[in-house]
Amino acid sequence: MSYLLRRTGFYLLTAWIAITINFLLPRLIPGDPVMSLINRAQGQLSTQAIQSLYVLFGLNKDESIFVQYGHYWAQLLHGDLGLSFAFFPTPVASVIADSLPWTLALVGITTLASFLLGTALGVYAGWRRGSWLDLVIPVTTFLSSVPYFWLGLIAIALFAGVNGIFPSSGGYEPGLVPGWDPDFLLSAVQHSLLPAVTILLSSMSGWILSMRNMMVTVAAEDYVTVAHAKGLSERRVMVSYAARNALLPSVSGFALSLGLVVGGTLLVEIVFSYPGLGFELFQAVGAKDYPLMQGIFLIITLSVLAANFVADLAYLVLDPRTRREG
Amino acid sequence: MSEIELEIKGLNVDYGLGEQSVHAVRDVDLTLRRGEVLGLAGESGSGKSTLAYGLTRLLPPPGVIRGGQVIYHPEQGEPFDVLGLSDRQLRAFRWAQTSIVFQGAMNSLNPVHKISTQLTDVLRAHEPGSTRAARLARARELLALVGIPADRLDSYPHQLSGGMRQRVMIGMALALRPKIVIMDEPTTALDVVVQRQILGQLVGLRERLGFSVLFITHDLSLLVEFSDRIAIMYGGRIVEQASAAGLHKDSLHPYSHGLLHSFPALRGPREELSGIPGSPPDLRSMPTGCAFHPRCPHSFDPCVRRVPELGAPQGRPEQDRSVACWLHPAS
Repeated sequence: MSYLLRRTGFYLLTAWIAITINFLLPRLIPGDPVMSLINRAQGQLSTQAIQSLYVLFGLNKDESIFVQYGHYWAQLLHGDLGLSFAFFPTPVASVIADSLPWTLALVGITTLASFLLGTALGVYAGWRRGSWLDLVIPVTTFLSSVPYFWLGLIAIALFAGVNGIFPSSGGYEPGLVPGWDPDFLLSAVQHSLLPAVTILLSSMSGWILSMRNMMVTVAAEDYVTVAHAKGLSERRVMVSYAARNALLPSVSGFALSLGLVVGGTLLVEIVFSYPGLGFELFQAVGAKDYPLMQGIFLIITLSVLAANFVADLAYLVLDPRTRREG
Repeated sequence: MSEIELEIKGLNVDYGLGEQSVHAVRDVDLTLRRGEVLGLAGESGSGKSTLAYGLTRLLPPPGVIRGGQVIYHPEQGEPFDVLGLSDRQLRAFRWAQTSIVFQGAMNSLNPVHKISTQLTDVLRAHEPGSTRAARLARARELLALVGIPADRLDSYPHQLSGGMRQRVMIGMALALRPKIVIMDEPTTALDVVVQRQILGQLVGLRERLGFSVLFITHDLSLLVEFSDRIAIMYGGRIVEQASAAGLHKDSLHPYSHGLLHSFPALRGPREELSGIPGSPPDLRSMPTGCAFHPRCPHSFDPCVRRVPELGAPQGRPEQDRSVACWLHPAS
C-alpha cells in the first residue's frame, strides 16, 4: 500500500512539473504568441488592443511571473486552456474536445486490437515454434519497416480515390451531422477503416515478435516442464504457465503505447486528413497557434503519465514479485 | 518388495537427428521394484537426467527417444509401454503414476501463481469432478505432509526459502498419490543441512505412503545412505548395479570405485581421497570399447576393442548384482 502511495506521489509530482514546464515554455521562447498574432494583423492593432491581447493570453507584463502562474493554475482547474489563434476565438479546450474523440476512437481501438492480435499470434508462434505461423513474422516485419506514410499512400492509391471502396480523407461524409445515428456511425466506420488497417499492419509485428521471443524463453523454464510433467492440458500450460509469464514485458510496452494514443499517430492523421488530435497539432504548428499546441502538449503529457501509472498498477496485479511487503 | 514397478528395456535417447546426433542414453536396462529407492548416480553428462526425462517423455527438443520400452506395471491391470501412450493417455499417466521433483528448486514453481493455485491445478486436471473446497483441503494436507504451515498456501514462491520451495515441490509430487516419484537431483541447490532434513522427510514419507523412488544424483555418498539399490551410469550406459550396501562395501567397476572414493567418509578410518583422473567423455566422439578405458587405471587389452556387456559377474554368488567391466566378465 505504501508502495502505491509512493507511486501516486511520484506521478503527481511529475504531472506538476510537466504542467509548470508547459506554463514556462511559451514565456521562454523568443517572440511570444501575441507577437505572432500582431504580425498576422499587419500593424492594424492599436496599443490598447495589443495590451488586451497580452492580458487575454495571460502574458500581462504588468503582472509578476508568479501571479501569472497563479492565474494559469486557476484557469487550468476551470478547464480553460486559452483561446486558439488559428480558430480564433474558439477556446482551445473545445478545439481539443472536438478532435480528441476521433483520435481516441481510431488510434485507441487500433492500438488495443494490434496489441491483442499481435500478442495472441506471438503466443502461438512462440509455442509452436517452426510452424507455419513463423512465416507470418517476416511479412509483418516487412510491413512495419515500410515507412508509414508510404504504406498509407499505397493504401489510398489502391483502395480509395475515384473508383475506390473507401474514402481517402476526413472522418465522415461531409454534410452529415455528427451524432449517434446509424448513417453517421456507418460513415465514420467507413472512413476510419483504411487508416485503422494500415496502423494495424505497421504496428502489429512488434507485438508478435516480442511475445514470440518471450514465449520461447519462458517455454524453456523449469516451471513449464513441471507443468507438462503434471499432466496439465496443453492449453492450460500454454496460457497459464507460459503466456501468463511471457506477457509481463509486453504489458509495460502496451501501457506506453496507450499513452501515445492521445498524441495520435501524427502521420496517419495527416495522410488520411483525419480530424484527430494529431492532425490538429499539425495545423497548430503550421499556424503558429501557441495556445493550441500548449493545450495539446499538456493533454499528451498527462495521458502518457496516466498510462504509465496504469502500467505500474497492472504490473502490481500481474507480477506478485513487484509487490513489496511490510 | 521384489514385485516389478517399472521396467526400462533397451532405452536409447539421442539429441538431434542423423549424423550429428549425440547418443546420450545407450541401451539402458533398468528395473524399479515396488516400494524401493533406486539410486542413479554418475557425473554430469552421464545421461542420468536424460534417462529420467526420456522415460517420462519430457525430453526437450531436440531430444528424441530412438528405441526401447518403458513398461509400467500398474497394481491392477496389464502392464503397458509408456512410450506407446497417446497424448491423452500420457497426460492422465503423468503425475498420477509417476511424478517428478526437478533439479531446480528455485525455478520449479511459477513465480506469478500462488502456491495454492499450483497445488490445486494438478488436482483439477486429473480429478475434474472434485470441488474447489476439496482441492484446497487436499493442498493443505499436502503442505502438512512436508511440514509447511497451511497459511503458506496464499504465498507466492518468492516468499518462500529454497528449502521450503523444494518441500512444496515434494508435496506437489505426492498430490495424486503416485506409485513412482522421480527425484532429479532434488537437493543440489540446497545447503547440506537442509538437504538432510528434506531427504529424511522423504524417507519417512515413503515409509508411510509406499511409493518407489528413482533418485538421481551425482552425490554417491547420499545414495549409499538413502537408497536400497544403486545404478551407476557412465557415458550413457549403466556400468554397475548393486544393492547400496553391496556397492559401498565392494564396488566392482573401477568407475564406481572412483566415485565412491571421491567423497570423504563421515565415519571410519581416514582414507586418502583418490577421485577419478581425466574428464567425462565427449558424447560426440566416444572412446571405442568401454567408454571408461581412457581414464581407467586397470584398463587392459579387451577394454579398448569391445564394449563390455552388463551382466552378473562370474564367481560372485550374491544375487542382484551386475557390472559391465572386462575385469569382471559376465557369466
